Amino acid sequence: MANAARTETRTEPRKRETSRAPAPDSAAPSGTENGATPPPLFETLSGIPVKPVYLPEDVKPGLDERLGEPGKFPFTRGLHPEMYRKRLWTMRQFAGFGSAEHTNQRFHYLLAQGMTGLSTAFDMPTLMGYDADHAMSFGEVGREGVAISSLEDMEILFRGIPLDQVTTSMTINAPAVVLLAMYVAVAEKQGIPPEKLGGTVQADMLKEFIAQKEWICPPRPSVKICVDMIEWCAKHMPKWNSISISGYHIREAGATAVQELAFTIADGIGYVEECVKRGMDVDEFAPRLSFFWDVHNDFFEEIAKFRAGRRIWAKLMRDRFGAKNPRSWQLRTHAQTAGVSLTAQQPLNNVARVAIQALAAVLGGTQSLHTNSMDETLALPTEEAATVALRTQQIIAYETGVPNVVDPFAGSYFLESLTDRVEEEAMAYIRRIDEMGGIIHAVERGYPQKEIADSAYRFQMQVEEGRRVIVGVNRFGGEEEISIPVLKIDPEIERRQIERVRAVRQRRDAARWEQAMKDLRDACRTDKNLVPYVLDAVRAYATLGEISDLFREAFGVYREPAVF
Amino acid sequence: MARKIRVLVAKAGLDGHDRGAKVVASAMRDAGFEVIYTGLHQTPEMIVQAAVQEDVDAVALSILSGAHMTLFPRVLELMRAAGIGDVLLTGGGIIPKEDMAALRRMGVGDLFGPGTTTTAIIDYIRGATRGDTAAAGAAGQKPARSGPAKAGSAR
Repeated sequence: MANAARTETRTEPRKRETSRAPAPDSAAPSGTENGATPPPLFETLSGIPVKPVYLPEDVKPGLDERLGEPGKFPFTRGLHPEMYRKRLWTMRQFAGFGSAEHTNQRFHYLLAQGMTGLSTAFDMPTLMGYDADHAMSFGEVGREGVAISSLEDMEILFRGIPLDQVTTSMTINAPAVVLLAMYVAVAEKQGIPPEKLGGTVQADMLKEFIAQKEWICPPRPSVKICVDMIEWCAKHMPKWNSISISGYHIREAGATAVQELAFTIADGIGYVEECVKRGMDVDEFAPRLSFFWDVHNDFFEEIAKFRAGRRIWAKLMRDRFGAKNPRSWQLRTHAQTAGVSLTAQQPLNNVARVAIQALAAVLGGTQSLHTNSMDETLALPTEEAATVALRTQQIIAYETGVPNVVDPFAGSYFLESLTDRVEEEAMAYIRRIDEMGGIIHAVERGYPQKEIADSAYRFQMQVEEGRRVIVGVNRFGGEEEISIPVLKIDPEIERRQIERVRAVRQRRDAARWEQAMKDLRDACRTDKNLVPYVLDAVRAYATLGEISDLFREAFGVYREPAVF
Repeated sequence: MARKIRVLVAKAGLDGHDRGAKVVASAMRDAGFEVIYTGLHQTPEMIVQAAVQEDVDAVALSILSGAHMTLFPRVLELMRAAGIGDVLLTGGGIIPKEDMAALRRMGVGDLFGPGTTTTAIIDYIRGATRGDTAAAGAAGQKPARSGPAKAGSAR
């Protein structure tokens, strides 16, 4: 593949081509223009200072208690006594583009390559609750993920895949309840009851308001619907993760590792509090809560983040929420390498970044992992790039020997000291958010949003001053840029998807659809759990956009204050 | 002294990736521009209306969703129809080079991809809106963090 990439045409350096103003020849930042290299930053990406050498006295007393054994409270060393010796992490590559047919083919391909779990990326209209033929969907259908407007699309998406034999993760939030219902309805058609379905629906609306910015309704009704799903899944889908409380998007939006950890755990606290307020027993739902971390470049800080996260969550669940079931104390997590760390310049370098990040996730004890493709700063991944990304995980799993030993860094003076420090700084944020009245209040005030934007700006300035080095971007930039092949989405997909959703509306049983829509509309006016009503609506082929419109009508539309 | 350069930073369509738009808006503000930020999920019509009302020198559109080949031409067309075809339309995001070139042929200004410094964007807008190459002499200057801040705000 490297050869294929090298045969591509040379292109001019980006800056020369894109800037009319006189500019330095390379993309060197101002700080390095005169050849003066700024002093290196001896601190982590979160700004935690690091010393040249760590000694026994750098580890505070009481380490044994802070660590516990692997598989035991507080799970610092991992969730299972034998970790990957018994079962490797799930290699779960996020895929989705174009039409349901295209993504279905990609799923079959990835399963044939040895992938062990499916992960679905939806397009922007689907993520925002619009059908393909809505005016807001113009130009966006099938571009960033698969377009799903009705149950018919979902049936095509999972055609030929027995849903009781795979686990499926769906990255969907504002209309998550609709996609969850569609998945259950597709399984019904395959003769599989919901209790046999394994997988995850992301459904974490708090991080949407904080970072990813895909929403339909304001925070409070959005969280209410999340809690509906947690409650319904606790009763009907014992193998399903009803939420994936996500730090990934928070980090990608510019947060530091400490902020990612803090705001994500604060979101988790928010959901637990809302469930408890509804009268649920914490042990009824907490074992099905799952998490999702970003894995960035700062190798040791990332490992420390995974370990500190498990410890914080275990203590919170046991001591603050009184959970008795050890499974409620366990922070189970998916991880994905940091898309934001990849560079459009010298894209082959991204393979090395991804490998190092993936290694950190494994050393951090992740339960499942997505490795990014090297071409993701340019477009959705090609099949070849996605395969290299999967192979990277397989190399770590089968060639390096790393999975043979549980938490091999335990007892390292540096790593234990860093784990403690990350925990302390995250807890300081969590206390601040508690003082504000909890995460929903903090989000409504824009507190995490502002902290993240400030960190993003600080990082960018460090890069521009040359104090943070990005290989191939502000240092070691070559004169030639290597072009690699990128995936193109056929605009024809949008037209066909529009036709299909219109045909579904024509073809469906109008009386059944009308009744289901009326029942759902009525239920939105009460505090009833909405999941069964949405399920009936999707069975009647109500579209994603129609159901989302009912939510807009009942709960209003969220508009973010435009501040920077 | 000439008036400050006024820039509308805009997010079009459904794309919620606002890290880049906010970083660039902050850097422009710190470099002495007057910056108006539209916020997320704007239609091309809303963006052009804001550009007219705010009497801006440049519209900087951020698109990371892959919809650039529909949204840039639409905004450009509406700008011309609104009589502000002479206002610079620039922007950035995940935009392949051949698409950048195609958009430039239509009359869109330079577009900036991942890894661009804020300084490069600021210098370009300075040069392109003033027709003043001397302004580009500021290339490489560190943005003054204490610069005059007329923060953009809600609409």
